[in-house]
Amino acid sequence: MSSTAPETGGEHKVGEESFEPRIIVFCCNWCSYAGADLAGVSRLQMPPHFRVIRVMCSARVDPEFVLRAFQKGADGVLVAGCHPADCHYIGGNYRTRRRIALLRILLQQFGFDPGRLKLEWISAGEGEKFQKTIVEFTDTVNELGPSPMKGGD
Amino acid sequence: MADKIKIAQYWGAGCGGCDVALLDIDAKILDVHAIAEVVFWPIGFDGKLHEIEAMPDKSITVSFYNGAIRNSENEHVAKVLREKSVVLIAFGSCACFGGTPGLANVTNREEVFQTVYKDTASTDNPDFVTPKPHLTVPEGEVDLPQFYDSVKTLDEVVDVDYFMPGCPPTVNLIAMAVDAVAKHVTEGADLPPKGAVIASDKTLCDECDRERVEKDRRIEKIYQAYEIKADPKKCLLDQGIICIGPATRAGCGAMCPNANMPCRGCMGPTKAVMDHGGSMLSALSSLLNITDSESKLSEEQIMELMMQVKDPLGTFYAFTLPKSLLKRTVTEKRKRKG
Repeated sequence: MSSTAPETGGEHKVGEESFEPRIIVFCCNWCSYAGADLAGVSRLQMPPHFRVIRVMCSARVDPEFVLRAFQKGADGVLVAGCHPADCHYIGGNYRTRRRIALLRILLQQFGFDPGRLKLEWISAGEGEKFQKTIVEFTDTVNELGPSPMKGGD
Repeated sequence: MADKIKIAQYWGAGCGGCDVALLDIDAKILDVHAIAEVVFWPIGFDGKLHEIEAMPDKSITVSFYNGAIRNSENEHVAKVLREKSVVLIAFGSCACFGGTPGLANVTNREEVFQTVYKDTASTDNPDFVTPKPHLTVPEGEVDLPQFYDSVKTLDEVVDVDYFMPGCPPTVNLIAMAVDAVAKHVTEGADLPPKGAVIASDKTLCDECDRERVEKDRRIEKIYQAYEIKADPKKCLLDQGIICIGPATRAGCGAMCPNANMPCRGCMGPTKAVMDHGGSMLSALSSLLNITDSESKLSEEQIMELMMQVKDPLGTFYAFTLPKSLLKRTVTEKRKRKG
């Protein structure tokens, strides 16, 4: 991975080790992945700390996937799907929305800042929204610092 | 008569229910008696650990370990029994997944001591005296087991051959295990493959007699079990009562749902599932009704809808927190501004 993050505003405190967040992004095949692709071909600049995993629908993102990502030390997880009323499978994103809402409550009970899990709607035409989402989410995660799973207990 | 095999039963962080469950097999206990001699069973009789420690390795045929690993003594006995036994069975939900004691993984040693030895109303302990693992007194040295920060499952500390979930394991499952061991001892039959879970591979719904809506299952509102009078024939989940059955392994005969109480998940997840709670969270979220106005709902309204699930961690991981992906709660080091 590249070591520079030109777009992030995440400031590192003096004396603190530099922190490169590890962010997992689940993108649905029909909207958000195309949106990410558009951001890429449009050469929009984004911090390089995220890994995209393509799934057929955001509803394919089993809560287990998110929990597993955090277990493996991810600092943030972003789930991106089609806008409401735009789902390729008609209602997949509505299920996702319910699951992520409940999962955020659960993660908070586990002691995580719920801000480490984000859900965003990004259509195939919204390359700029993809970029903006990544920049903002990276900032949030930078601010939160390393996942409490790392080196805990 | 041929020499009897030796068996042992031990309790770690458990309630004793598993020990009693072993007696629930009624007349089958005579089958056990016919082939086996119990060498160690703290709740049953006065056996001494040093006698077990003095035995040659692998001289106990089967050890049943119930209860989770809460302190260094639990771990030590688990290791001794592992060394001395041919077969070690994690007996009951606590040994398999941490069970109810495992819910203590939402806190830690310091907080547990604070509550138990200081904060409770009936405690008079102004100097906050807490158990010390090692203490020198005029009479000599005294040792107590070290209380761990986290509750662990049996297979986190030793190699486990079989898992028998349930709180406690039901009579049919215990009988199944006793039969398998008896056949192995008397007729030389093969034991199940190592790592086998002595229960069904299906989900609880498969064993439940309640009528389920087969198509377009939708629930409007979530109820706590005490809030409504449940229809005794219909699926509890269809009525809005959180029943962990869809994410839980079968084998118990669906005793709770058949007695009008929702499943709480003591049998743990099925083989295909990594995280019991995550699996149930997914199932439940998908069941809440979606109407035509769904696309107009705000994120706040969705949050409000899902807030109906009170205490998701305690509900979805009632028996399996130490065996879940995250195992215990964590603490964020920094707080976000604003």
